[in-house]
Amino acid sequence: MFIKFLIAAVFAGTPLLFGTVGEIMNERAGHLNLGVEGMMAMGACAGFMAGFFYDSISIALLAAFLAGMLGALIYAVLTITFMANQNVTGLTLAIFGVGISNFAGEFMLVNSASNSLKLPEQITAQISNINIPGLSTIPVLGPLFFQYNIFVYLGVLIAITCGIYYSRTKTGLNVRAIGENPGAADAAGIKVTKLKYINVLMGGGICGIGGAYCSMIINGGVWMNNPVNGQGWIAVALVIFASWKPFRAIFGSFIFGAFNILKYYFPKTIITIPNAFYDMLPFVITALVLVVTSIRKSKENQQPASCGVNYFREER
Amino acid sequence: MNSKSHVPFIRTVKISERSGKDTIKIRIAAFVLALTAGGLFILFLGYNPLELYGTIISGAFRSKMAFQATIRFMIPLLMSSLGVALAFKMRFWNIGAEGQIIVGAVCASYFALFHDNWPHFLLLIVMFAAGAIGGGLWGLIPAYFKSKYDTNETLFTLMLNYIALHIITYLRDGPWKDPGSSGFPKIARFTSNAQLDKVLGVHFGWIIALILLVLVFIYLKYTKHGYEISVVGESKSTAKYAGMNVKKIILRTMVISGGICGITGMIQAAGSDMTLASSVAGGVGFTAIIVSWLAYLNPFGILLVSFLFSVLEKGSSVMQSTYGLSTYFASVLQGIILFFILGCEFFIRYKFVLTKKGGK
Amino acid sequence: MKISETNYAIELKGITKTFGKVIANENVNLGIKYGEILALLGENGSGKTTLMNILSGIYYADEGSICIDGTEVSITNPNEAINLGIGMIYQHFKLVEIFSAMDNIVLGTRGRYVKNSALREEILEMSNKFGLEIVPDKKVYNMSVSEKQTIEIMKVLYRGAKILILDEPTSVLTPQETEKLFVILRRMKEQGNAIIIITHKLHEVLAISDRVAILRKGQVVDTVNTRDTNEKELTELMVGRPISLEINRPETINRKTVLKVVDLSVINEDGTKGLNNINFNLKSGEILGVAGVAGSGQRELCETIAGLMEAKAGAILYNKENIIGKTPDEIINLGISMSFVPEDRLGMGLVGSMDMVDNMLLKSYKKNKGFIIDKKPSKELAEELVDKLSIITPGIETPVRMLSGGNVQKVLLGREIESEPNVLITAYPVRGLDINSSYIIYDLLNEQKKKNVAILFIGEDLDVLLELSDRIMVLCHGEVMGLVDAKNTSKEEIGLMMAGKKMEGVDSDE
Repeated sequence: MFIKFLIAAVFAGTPLLFGTVGEIMNERAGHLNLGVEGMMAMGACAGFMAGFFYDSISIALLAAFLAGMLGALIYAVLTITFMANQNVTGLTLAIFGVGISNFAGEFMLVNSASNSLKLPEQITAQISNINIPGLSTIPVLGPLFFQYNIFVYLGVLIAITCGIYYSRTKTGLNVRAIGENPGAADAAGIKVTKLKYINVLMGGGICGIGGAYCSMIINGGVWMNNPVNGQGWIAVALVIFASWKPFRAIFGSFIFGAFNILKYYFPKTIITIPNAFYDMLPFVITALVLVVTSIRKSKENQQPASCGVNYFREER
Repeated sequence: MNSKSHVPFIRTVKISERSGKDTIKIRIAAFVLALTAGGLFILFLGYNPLELYGTIISGAFRSKMAFQATIRFMIPLLMSSLGVALAFKMRFWNIGAEGQIIVGAVCASYFALFHDNWPHFLLLIVMFAAGAIGGGLWGLIPAYFKSKYDTNETLFTLMLNYIALHIITYLRDGPWKDPGSSGFPKIARFTSNAQLDKVLGVHFGWIIALILLVLVFIYLKYTKHGYEISVVGESKSTAKYAGMNVKKIILRTMVISGGICGITGMIQAAGSDMTLASSVAGGVGFTAIIVSWLAYLNPFGILLVSFLFSVLEKGSSVMQSTYGLSTYFASVLQGIILFFILGCEFFIRYKFVLTKKGGK
Repeated sequence: MKISETNYAIELKGITKTFGKVIANENVNLGIKYGEILALLGENGSGKTTLMNILSGIYYADEGSICIDGTEVSITNPNEAINLGIGMIYQHFKLVEIFSAMDNIVLGTRGRYVKNSALREEILEMSNKFGLEIVPDKKVYNMSVSEKQTIEIMKVLYRGAKILILDEPTSVLTPQETEKLFVILRRMKEQGNAIIIITHKLHEVLAISDRVAILRKGQVVDTVNTRDTNEKELTELMVGRPISLEINRPETINRKTVLKVVDLSVINEDGTKGLNNINFNLKSGEILGVAGVAGSGQRELCETIAGLMEAKAGAILYNKENIIGKTPDEIINLGISMSFVPEDRLGMGLVGSMDMVDNMLLKSYKKNKGFIIDKKPSKELAEELVDKLSIITPGIETPVRMLSGGNVQKVLLGREIESEPNVLITAYPVRGLDINSSYIIYDLLNEQKKKNVAILFIGEDLDVLLELSDRIMVLCHGEVMGLVDAKNTSKEEIGLMMAGKKMEGVDSDE
């Protein structure tokens, strides 16, 4: 039972992982993008529709990535080039992304033959769990580590790559410098605008994949409105929990995944709690995390200093 | 040296700030461009944009009933936008209007459900107060942590939205479940004693909304509190320097901001839904953010924008029945409009210059 | 590409740059050779920094051309400047606080990721060559200003710069540290680098440079050889007319202690010591100057007296009443009239986006009773100030951030003086102002002094402190190093104290 719980937690945490890593990429470049929910929703819709029409997981992933990126592009143009208020732009992106995703979903539903959209068998086979030969049969460890679907592995891989990017590469160092002090980075000859765009767009793309997970896996391959359903917002908060470190995001996401599914696994024999409280739990915990991290402030594990502030080179 | 880069490049240059007239021109141009972009989107879907926009506008005004429905859309939007604007003026990113509306509605509904034998106006006044207090308290929580620990209010208020939403589902599935509804979880309909009366065909929430509009306008513009809010919004250290109690101002303003949203919840439950539904806020709290920002936090601007948005909301429901297009079109178009307005602000302070490299 | 005949390392021709309506540089022509130190002299706001930012690729000139080694180039971003061998050392350091010295030095450089151990070696070797002291693994937020500056210099050298530009490099250094910097600069000059040093301090120009280019209102008015000139001539060129450099120091009688600070200690938010056991008296009718390297506790001192910061221990007695633990509001309500002119004018003293009227309200809006605000007195006050201090503004309804630095300071100081305080605290009141505006501010302060106001003057220019103050208190690391009579001290003595040398028994108190 406990192993099953852990496995379910990993599944439930995976969309959060994508969202969190995507937002880390934004914030590391100095852009507080509150539009994660919107970018995930856009990815959810595009990924699902691409999977529905083309029967191919790679096309679905690409579509989700590009859709998330498109959302991020709107944000990037407005905040990086036009220097618009990051908070408001992000919020608008969230509303817009969810709106357009649901709009497109309903548009497809109305125009579909059976008034329902279900992913074809061919693609559900591609996103079902993979048994890694030789490893998946090991007792306990096998099911715990080697029997997930492609999204889970992709998410962990992206998080690890991202972690190495920031801690071990020169470009990563440059991006961190931009997030801390874009003026200093600029003076040091770093291409601030270009790197900001790259990181914000990549982050958006990653969020998009997380959205595709929501629409393609969580709802069992049937399109429903609001597939992301607040996960994007939790992801924004998880960034703080992960203290802007992709490695920590992996554990943070899975822990929050566990909160999400606790109601199905908590032994009812001990105490019965209304479902609504279980549903509330991740949000309550997130709020608590926000308060706790704000109470104990450390110098190193802080939000990148320029986050939320736009950069204009000729500012005097 | 450097001969490879003899291509022209674009750079951003600061200009002296434009006059008020030019500013308005730019914003109008952005609005028109936004509608054009929305039109292109419609065109892409295979519809005639002019026809669709026409449907939206006529849908909102085509009959007395339709117009009344538009006003019904407008009441909560106007009220919560006013509430949000107070917090935004203080640069407190209250995106928790949704939750504050819900908690206000929950508190008011308690009296509607369990004390509906009280005299009509006493009951309404108590519900009104309960809504204001509930919303106010829900706004006070993030304000407290913000002022004490500098806790990120954006995410905190957001989490409170979801928590509030699940409070309704808890009440609906459990203690407040209507025994009369056979198995299907819902909360009982308010008796007519707990419903808002109608004035000119629409529940009198519109009068309250207009009163609030005037009050908020005066509060922001002519009172000491309003002045304090603007100073805190501009710079906390200036406020402290001037001897203002910044913490107190944050707490006070958020109680008022949340309180107004809470009243919105009461009005929605007792005037529009006649029950406590989990959709009582229904995204209004989020749209309010767009409205107040588009109106540059000016109360009368909010009146105008919320009216426009209500036309859009009502019109798109007509559009849905006519063309089968989802009402989510409204939020798409609202998003596009704000994107363009946000972008156009740039041209008030900056411009792009095309420069040829190499000096020649 | 045309080749110019001169052997300049860098040559500017007809450079013009505007910001909105403001012309920062106009038709500037300038050249510098390798193995030469050129001083760029000019008042605040004369366009020195803008000009150098054009060279370093931060700004892009509207008109004109730049030649390096005789070849015309186009510098559109800092990266291109670096590739052309131009290195800029900014006045406001461009360092990433949470990075180590090493990370800051290699930041943005090309090439593959170098192992830390190899990099450490390389940096140490290079710093030895130029006589720079660097601890590669130290985090910037743990560094002193002088250490930070060393990192900035190292950054530039690491990138192989041959042309170095230093923007007001001595403004944060003690006289001794300045001397050390000059030794480094001379060594770099001997190694064939071209060096441009931006400054408005005349004696430094004479001490370090070979030639001086003088900027006034964005134009180069003259270029002279340092050995053929003197302070007087340079000043006249800089200001445009002969002026006396003397600042008045009116004598006042009947000075009484108004403010007595006893064993004051303050802890900053991050847990560091802001002030440590401070003792001094402030008397009516005197200007007490406060000297010290930036960040020595000046801000903490001002804000604690003004009631904006909490004290950990000690007392501040205002006519025998302890005001510690009181809010600014309560201090005013006690009938103590104290004014604080903070260094951060638009971030603390004034609200930039509000007009003069609303800014006048800042300190007085609570006075009238009731809920509604009364703007009439503020409006009158604003109009009065515009007249009295000849503030240049399109109108009292213009947001104050649109005014020039000097006028913003007049608005702020004017408002504070109008409240007729007994104690006036000013932090860096002439920062960023040109000489004319500065002298107006000094006069305003002296006027207040003659009205028996006790003035605490936090300054940065030692020459000004020595001439304007009656007594000078020197702070270092939040401690008082000494309190001396301004007439009987020297720059060197104050410099030593700024660097942390304690002077005992020189207090001319009582």
